[in-house]
Amino acid sequence: MTQEKAPAAELPIDAVRPARPGRWLGAAAALLFLVWLAFTVIVNENLHWDVIVAYLADGRILGGLWVTIQLTVLSMAIGLALGVLAAVMQLSDNPVLRGTSALYTWFFRGTPLLVQLIFWFNIGLVFPTFAIGVPFGGPKLIEWQANEIITPFTAALLGLAINEGAYMAEIVRAGIRSVDPGQREAAESLGMSHRQVLRRVVLPQAMRVIIPPTGNQFISMLKTTSMVSVIAGAELLTVAQRIYLGNFEVIAMLVVASIWYVVLTTIASVGQHFVEKRFERGHVRLSSRVRRNLRPLTSKEPS
Amino acid sequence: MSAPAQPPGRPHGQPSGLPMVRIRAVRKRFGPLEVLKGIDLDVPAGSVVCVVGPSGSGKSTLLRCVNRLETIDSGRIWVNGELMGYAERGGRLHALRPAELSRQQRGIGMVFQRFHLFPHRTAIENVMEGPVTVLRTPAAQARRQAAELLERVGLADRAHHYPAQLSGGQQQRVAIARSLAMRPSLMLFDEPTSALDPELVQEVLAVMRDLAASGMTMMVVTHEMSFAREVGDQLVFMDDGVVVERGDPREVLAAPRHDRLRAFLGQVL
Repeated sequence: MTQEKAPAAELPIDAVRPARPGRWLGAAAALLFLVWLAFTVIVNENLHWDVIVAYLADGRILGGLWVTIQLTVLSMAIGLALGVLAAVMQLSDNPVLRGTSALYTWFFRGTPLLVQLIFWFNIGLVFPTFAIGVPFGGPKLIEWQANEIITPFTAALLGLAINEGAYMAEIVRAGIRSVDPGQREAAESLGMSHRQVLRRVVLPQAMRVIIPPTGNQFISMLKTTSMVSVIAGAELLTVAQRIYLGNFEVIAMLVVASIWYVVLTTIASVGQHFVEKRFERGHVRLSSRVRRNLRPLTSKEPS
Repeated sequence: MSAPAQPPGRPHGQPSGLPMVRIRAVRKRFGPLEVLKGIDLDVPAGSVVCVVGPSGSGKSTLLRCVNRLETIDSGRIWVNGELMGYAERGGRLHALRPAELSRQQRGIGMVFQRFHLFPHRTAIENVMEGPVTVLRTPAAQARRQAAELLERVGLADRAHHYPAQLSGGQQQRVAIARSLAMRPSLMLFDEPTSALDPELVQEVLAVMRDLAASGMTMMVVTHEMSFAREVGDQLVFMDDGVVVERGDPREVLAAPRHDRLRAFLGQVL
């Protein structure tokens, strides 16, 4: 080994940047467009900014906002649970469970959410009563009238959650499959049961892959809840519509609703960022030193 | 973690006659390919058996069959006197329930070529995982044991590093500690140094030497002939799904009887 000589004198790089006129031109054009857009929106009297400001914190609007948040959180939570269940069924070696899961995702991804929502709202036409008891016509313990328990809210929750579960199943399945099979083997050889392997080893690592698209689904769900307006779900858009049917401020009310949707999705995006960081645990980028110590799997030749 | 200069023959753990592993007429096929064509092998308790052979000879598969990561198509494997995977009742074999299989597996430590540490857990959490989850050991007690094991593999100062922050050799030593935490009666090593850079191989082999010296029964699939010669009680050479030659490593390596082993040694030595 030869010893490095003492480092040479420092050589600072103080280069002249090349001129980039296109860059300045593009920025100027974009800026001009934005100023023009803001100007036309602000001075436009048809938008009724005073009405927008007045209704932004209106009690009815805030009530609708609260329903939107409830619908989003609850249907995402139920959808995630259904998705994990369907994904685990899909990956099991029991063909009946696999088939059941496949049928579920096939049907609910194959029909429009709008149709499903209207269907759940009108489920009383098909099943007038719901009961807990012995199936296939046996005795019943408790019985409910469909018209009593299927409110717009429960119908919306059913529709959104069950539909979401079908999409989450695919996301969770991809996450589980992304975990190195060696992890499963290592856990099994410690004597872990299948449930323990899933809960302690596979799912925590799958979360890293599951979280980002789930965040997207959540943000998407915040806006998808507006579909519930077709069954008068009392969420943000429904409330805004009810108000403009009275005061004819259609555009102003839609702007009010949009502002709140943007606020919600912005908050959700920030939350998503922090949750993703939490699940990055242990996945620091490999330093070059560590990577050097790992040879590719194919080079098995002994030294 | 100083490995004692290793004279042939180890201080304790002299083979006690009772086989820890008994393999009889084991056959295994993957689709049309028969990878194990009738293997018979005994591993006496407290001894170290090194399995060598070219790629695709079936040596790793044999190891994976011993702890039921692979099922066998025919034959029998006993570990510690227990038939693996089946219970014999009324003259018939009954496949074990998953909980029983897990109980059998937990008595056998397995060290993988690619370590397979849990990346979302620190070194000490990796070592604690088995005792806490499987044996229901209280966390504080498991942590104490894990700290001792990390000390034993020379990594007490790396306890709170994540696997990605450790070198390959360090990861493999953590993986060995993780297996030892289950207090196995048998340790399987599947090419434990093949994924490591040359300068990191020795630190892992040193840990394995210590382990052998403490009397652990070990089955080691390896390409490290010097390790086999120093530490091994028995060398098994496999080729094309059969055991071609076996015997005392020093004798076998000094004077191989079969051409295939001679050719193989010519390539790896």
